[in-house]
Amino acid sequence: MLRIPCPWCGERDETEFRYRGDASKTRPAADAGLAAFTAYVYERDNPLGWHIEWWLHVGGCRRLLKVIRHTFSHEIRAVVGPADQVSLPPQSRR
Amino acid sequence: MSALPESQAKSANPRRVSSGRYSLWRLLREGLNGQRGWSRAWAKALPRPGYRVVIVGGGGHGLATAFYLATEQGISDVAVLEKGPLGLGNVGRNTTLIRSNYFHPQNIGFYEFSLKQWEGLERQLNFNAMVSQRGTLNLFHTEAQRDLFTRRANQMRLLGVDAEELGRNAVKALVPLADVDNGRYPVVGGFLQRRGGTVRHDAVAWGYARAASEAGVDIIEHCEVTGIARNGPRVTGVETTRGFIAADTVCLAVAGHSSRLAAMAGVTLPIESHLLQAFVTESIKPVLDTVVTYGAGHFYVSQSDKGGLVYGGALDGYNSYGQRGTLPMAEELAASAVTLFPGLARLKVIRQWAGIMDMTMDGSPIISKTPVDGLILNGGWCYGGFKAIPAGGVTTAHLIAHGSPHPLAAHLGLERFAAGRTVDERGVGPFPYAH
Repeated sequence: MLRIPCPWCGERDETEFRYRGDASKTRPAADAGLAAFTAYVYERDNPLGWHIEWWLHVGGCRRLLKVIRHTFSHEIRAVVGPADQVSLPPQSRR
Repeated sequence: MSALPESQAKSANPRRVSSGRYSLWRLLREGLNGQRGWSRAWAKALPRPGYRVVIVGGGGHGLATAFYLATEQGISDVAVLEKGPLGLGNVGRNTTLIRSNYFHPQNIGFYEFSLKQWEGLERQLNFNAMVSQRGTLNLFHTEAQRDLFTRRANQMRLLGVDAEELGRNAVKALVPLADVDNGRYPVVGGFLQRRGGTVRHDAVAWGYARAASEAGVDIIEHCEVTGIARNGPRVTGVETTRGFIAADTVCLAVAGHSSRLAAMAGVTLPIESHLLQAFVTESIKPVLDTVVTYGAGHFYVSQSDKGGLVYGGALDGYNSYGQRGTLPMAEELAASAVTLFPGLARLKVIRQWAGIMDMTMDGSPIISKTPVDGLILNGGWCYGGFKAIPAGGVTTAHLIAHGSPHPLAAHLGLERFAAGRTVDERGVGPFPYAH
């Protein structure tokens, strides 16, 4: 069971949230071409390690959150608002 | 590399002892002989410096690909590299179901071919994989759900695949244990694919390994791939924990970790890794002789030959490489189990595990060339990798040998994403965690 510290509601169970996927992707410019849009829509780094991702607090403040979580240990390192900039910790194998 | 000197090729693996043909006659003879005549089912090969084809991953798809390369395509200069012992990856972590009840015609064709292969597999491999066509029953609980299932069943029947609709009473007769009168989610009926069923999953790995080994394939355990070597646009081999192994073609069959292996060659895939949990209860007398899926939740169950109920459900819901699984899904599945089978409420769960799934962006697998010449991908199996093992092996071997996709897997290429030809069985779009 993940416990996600929502910046607005405090620490809550994962069941209050809905996962919305990789938050590292940014929409390319409209004329960026097919390869850039294919990468944006479909391709994912899918790292074994720290991952930046969207979580929607459906059962709480209903805000979209940016979360840094480890995909093996499930440790949550940071939870910030959707527009906040946050950087990934250095990746190490497990 | 097929140009290896004969002496060098032979020196690494001097002796390959055949395990012989398994038969009732041999069983009787060994019984009278103190069981002394059995030899290893497959040879523990040492890595040679190079091969024509190196398959990364000694799971179901890797071993099946090697077997069909050697037997159908005439390429036996093949090594299968497995980072641990055989059969401890996803091929031994699934819920052992086989079926072909899909909606899209391409998927029906592919999985139906696989089901037909399962039907003759034990004779082909000379190995008892305990293929049991006990039927797969999909329950529906509303009239709207009946319409959806009818559409799927009609599509299947148009393509010559068996599907039959059962009313409420027929479901009751087939699965007396189910509470068809549940107040919240009464069972309206079900769709039955009688040819669906279960297969002993470990025996699939062992059977393919033995047959591939007999056909001349080197199966190398405890050999983890740490890098993929390239010369410009072409793959030249793999770096492993047991040294460099050269190869003309490298095939990745490492579903769960496809992204990580592809990244070693500089390729980013339309895949995320997610967890799917499975559970086994304590053994009880036979109570359930078909596979049942619950329509009011994501839950499916069968009874193993040892008597335990094997069940599973949906993904945990977020990217993960931890083969553990989390509690909310365990609770949800237990709730589904008890809603459908109130009589089982006091059964204990004795084992639980999670497998890492390659979830693709459209929910369909990938059997494809990659942007790197000579690098072939068999992956992205989502939930459906186990039932697809024979078809995945046949079509991947065809792709390796001929350089062009097998007609049954032509829709599974990586290029389908950029081209807008995704095969979205569930119709939810590019959200791997939603498939």
